[in-house]
Amino acid sequence: MQLTVEALQRWIINTNEKMQENKEYLSELDQAIGDGDHGHNMARGFQEVVNKIEDNSFEEAGSLFKQVAMTLISKVGGAAGPLYGTAFLKASEQWKEKTTIDQETFGKGIEAAIAGIKTRGKAKEGDKTMLDVWGPVHTYVTNQPLERENLKKTAKEAMEKTKEMKAKKGRAAYFGEKSIEHVDPGAYSSYLVFEALAGSITNEGDANG
Amino acid sequence: MKVMPMAKVSIVVISHSKQLAEGIVELVSQTKQKDVIVAAAGGTEEEEIGTSVDIITKTINEVYNEAGVLLLFDLGSAFMNAELAAEMLPDMEGSVQIADAPIVEGTYIAAVEAGLGYSLEEVKNAAEKAKTWKKMDG
Repeated sequence: MQLTVEALQRWIINTNEKMQENKEYLSELDQAIGDGDHGHNMARGFQEVVNKIEDNSFEEAGSLFKQVAMTLISKVGGAAGPLYGTAFLKASEQWKEKTTIDQETFGKGIEAAIAGIKTRGKAKEGDKTMLDVWGPVHTYVTNQPLERENLKKTAKEAMEKTKEMKAKKGRAAYFGEKSIEHVDPGAYSSYLVFEALAGSITNEGDANG
Repeated sequence: MKVMPMAKVSIVVISHSKQLAEGIVELVSQTKQKDVIVAAAGGTEEEEIGTSVDIITKTINEVYNEAGVLLLFDLGSAFMNAELAAEMLPDMEGSVQIADAPIVEGTYIAAVEAGLGYSLEEVKNAAEKAKTWKKMDG
């Protein structure tokens, strides 16, 4: 599998489309166990990202993801800004000067992103956060050939599992036991990120056009 | 150790709410600490609820002096953005610190301690002691 810079750029553009489509639903999830602004924040943040990147062509993946990260850090007011921003910033360091990314390099980027999320959020897997999607996706990416349907399935199942978890981080932790039976909004937006990635690769796992 | 003679630790109040941050600055101004700058960095650039790395870094830059800057924050993601802001100012490494303290009491104590000329570390430690204070002890 090879992801070209164009395919990666399309990933981010697809992610924005998913955030716009699911804006209300994300905020609904956040209303239940948070402050209700996750959909609004993600939709605005990714729209700003797309405004910055869509008319540019990037020669290598590092500068593309640095731009994505810095825009999210600047434009998203809630926890999603520093968390997604740090994630993409750490990934950008692994993808620096790469014009195409193979699966191993992609996995290294995701691994660095996860380390960044953990440092920034002081969270671990099982705390009912975005990490509960990024972790299983990383395991999948490092162990199996990257394939559209399986990637989507991995992210979706991981997201659904957060429903049974008790929140230990963020505003949701204030809800304690009451956070159970709700999907974590950050896990859902992360599922959308990887669903968008799945849409940017073909069934054979190669970059789609 | 007192920082002599002039520079006093500056304080930045980071809240999700612009009004809350400004309100705390107003409240603390009552202590009439000469030469201590307490500045608000609340809300987002759209003046919505949230925090902004850009507003925080800008405010730190405005109040910075050689005694350093202490940051106080309200809720979780304000801490993340405070940390990010500090990381984005590598030239000030070590002289921008974050206090793990209740934002109102912590800022108040920090302003008093800064006014007395204490160092950044001492001001930070004093602010953090507010965490264990019992408010209702007679």
